[in-house]
Amino acid sequence: MRHLLSAKDLSRDDAILILDTAAQMAATQEREVRKLPTLRGKTVVNLFFEDSTRTRISFEAAAKRLSADVINFSAKGSSVSKGESLKDTALTLQAMGADAVVVRHWASGAASRLATSGWMHGSVLNAGDGTHQHPTQALLDAFTMRKHLVTDPLGNDLAGLTVAIVGDVLHSRVARSNVQLLHTLGATVVLVAPPTLVPIGIDPWPCDVVHTLDQALDAYDIDALMMLRVQRERMTGGGAAFFPSPEEYSRIYGLDGARMRRLPDHAIIMHPGPMNRGLEISAEAADSPRSVIVEQVANGVAVRMAALYLLLAGEEGAA
Amino acid sequence: MSRPIVIENASLYGDTTATILVEDGVITAVGATVDAPDDAVVVDATGLIALPGLVDIHTHLREPGREDAETIETGSRSAAIGGFTAVHAMANTTPVADTAGVVEQVWSRGKEIGLVDVYPVGAVTVGLDGTQLSEMGAMAHSKARVRIFSDDGKCVHDPVIMRRALEYAKTFDGVISQHAQDPRLTEGSQMHEGEVSAELGLAGWPAVAEESIIARDVLLAGHVGSRLNVCHLSTAGSVEIVRWAKSRGVDVTAEVMPHHLLLTDESVRGYNARFKVNPPLRTQADVDAVRAGLADGTIDVVATDHAPHPDEDKDCEWAAAAMGMIGLETAVGIVQKTMVDTGALTWRDVARVMSEAPARIGRVEDEHGRPIAVGEPAHLTLIDPADPWTVDPSASASRSNNSPFGGIELPGRAVATFLRGVPTHLSPRFEGAFA
Repeated sequence: MRHLLSAKDLSRDDAILILDTAAQMAATQEREVRKLPTLRGKTVVNLFFEDSTRTRISFEAAAKRLSADVINFSAKGSSVSKGESLKDTALTLQAMGADAVVVRHWASGAASRLATSGWMHGSVLNAGDGTHQHPTQALLDAFTMRKHLVTDPLGNDLAGLTVAIVGDVLHSRVARSNVQLLHTLGATVVLVAPPTLVPIGIDPWPCDVVHTLDQALDAYDIDALMMLRVQRERMTGGGAAFFPSPEEYSRIYGLDGARMRRLPDHAIIMHPGPMNRGLEISAEAADSPRSVIVEQVANGVAVRMAALYLLLAGEEGAA
Repeated sequence: MSRPIVIENASLYGDTTATILVEDGVITAVGATVDAPDDAVVVDATGLIALPGLVDIHTHLREPGREDAETIETGSRSAAIGGFTAVHAMANTTPVADTAGVVEQVWSRGKEIGLVDVYPVGAVTVGLDGTQLSEMGAMAHSKARVRIFSDDGKCVHDPVIMRRALEYAKTFDGVISQHAQDPRLTEGSQMHEGEVSAELGLAGWPAVAEESIIARDVLLAGHVGSRLNVCHLSTAGSVEIVRWAKSRGVDVTAEVMPHHLLLTDESVRGYNARFKVNPPLRTQADVDAVRAGLADGTIDVVATDHAPHPDEDKDCEWAAAAMGMIGLETAVGIVQKTMVDTGALTWRDVARVMSEAPARIGRVEDEHGRPIAVGEPAHLTLIDPADPWTVDPSASASRSNNSPFGGIELPGRAVATFLRGVPTHLSPRFEGAFA
């Protein structure tokens, strides 16, 4: 594996290797000294064209616990805002000797451009590109589901599980990544969204689509329920009109206590964060014992350690 | 006086083999044997197709304003290499071609260069902003004799402005050439809306945004009895609407671009912005439909939408990249590949869709798109249909190299172009004869 650009690029074996490696990484994080020497001398650049403190510090923690040198590069500019172009930024990073670039960008395809345009030679790890992909998020979600819902997690996939993903699928790189990865791992995926937030052309996606949360709760035995963040202002303002009001969205798609109690007892509640409490999820659901939302954050560090390790140390054969 | 030229054994329109004599810019003999003067330059055209010089009604020459992308000179040279003897230069320059002064400047610069006849297109509205009609009359009556009016790049979306433009252009037999794109349905749009956009997470440009404007415009054109030309038609639904309008007697013509005859939205998967164009690359079903529409005459014209952009506007994130592709030098090769070699069009049909019909739409049919016959102006293109070549965008005469066809093999190309009997493009095989 040279780059990690899209969940679609991962085979079942690739995905299980990353999840198993993440499990090993997570185990090391229970020790008193959590730092591993594995990536000593390697340079990892966190290149963020979009604000995301959560994702950046997760990658930063992952790289540092593997003893890599970490450079944080916050590039607010873009060729659109007349800042430095993506190409020049890449050439700069190449000149600085980056072994891996973790990139977050507002433009779909930006990570792919960095990896394939010949501007730089290091590994590219996509930390979210526009509304396209966010593969480590899907991996940390799968890791979390496997840990809670699969009896003997190591070496196994998610066959037999049903995962419902609720919210703005149209603009969600989390949904796109999860549909592909969960399918690869054998889970059944149900997307729940108003038709305005389902992309035209979704037919070939390996998932079901329903239009109300109640319908999904009635029709499926849901093992994991993932609530997506709603961009309140983007949805109703500026003539975008994806739904009439936040209140109506909350009534039809929000997860409250009553809906939570309709889930099977073992089912877990997930959210990629940051949450809009009271919009897509109530405090009662978010803070309930079924919620694994905080644990997702911790698992994110382990999964990102695994990804960095497999990208940067993998070729040297250390396992 | 230039020397006479005798073009021997050319296949006229791909039909009959004949020799053509050109003297003083005029065809003076056509026949199996021609009595050529002793000093005539001999061009051996055995195996070559002779067509009337090609005419493009949709070219962006970028001058004035974006001379870093293209100039009238480099664009004219690129056109001549592609077999064109006339191009209509789109109005979205800086300043916009919305006054007699700008169109006359473009026209006279084209004349000075002399590689193709450059016919400026005038803007429909002042500054292309869709609110106030430009002085179309002044442009029509200027030396540039403008007959095609277009806000291309932008849609004349206000139905009242569109209606007035259609009506007003009748005064001077003008045509409104509409870039059909509903602006509200395409805010932020990046590519065709469908299965590929859903997966790539790029904002969709739905077919209905084109089709709804075309439907409105053919109804308007029918209502006021005006001429409408549909720019760069790209969807199966648009073909259906134009077919319906023609069956009802609406005076509508339509263009298709070579890239919409060959490429689909699948090309976007690598996020390489060379495939970013407006209207966007559509699906295979759309490609099949526009080919069928061109074959049955629903679509009148192949135009290039040659749209040069410098590297920095393409070598970036998809969403930040400019829309458009160069296409003058590859057009006839792509038409051969997609339409002639597939049996959908004959070379005589190619003369119709790439020379005669566009000349008629632009009202330059007294000069271009003429028959290859005695007494006619010697605007001629020789095409070698058996000269396979691999497109190398960096070798283009255009100042830009944003072609989506790099690495694609085309079956043939223009090997000589004559404007009023003067060679404006000669492949190396003929250079000796004219030395």
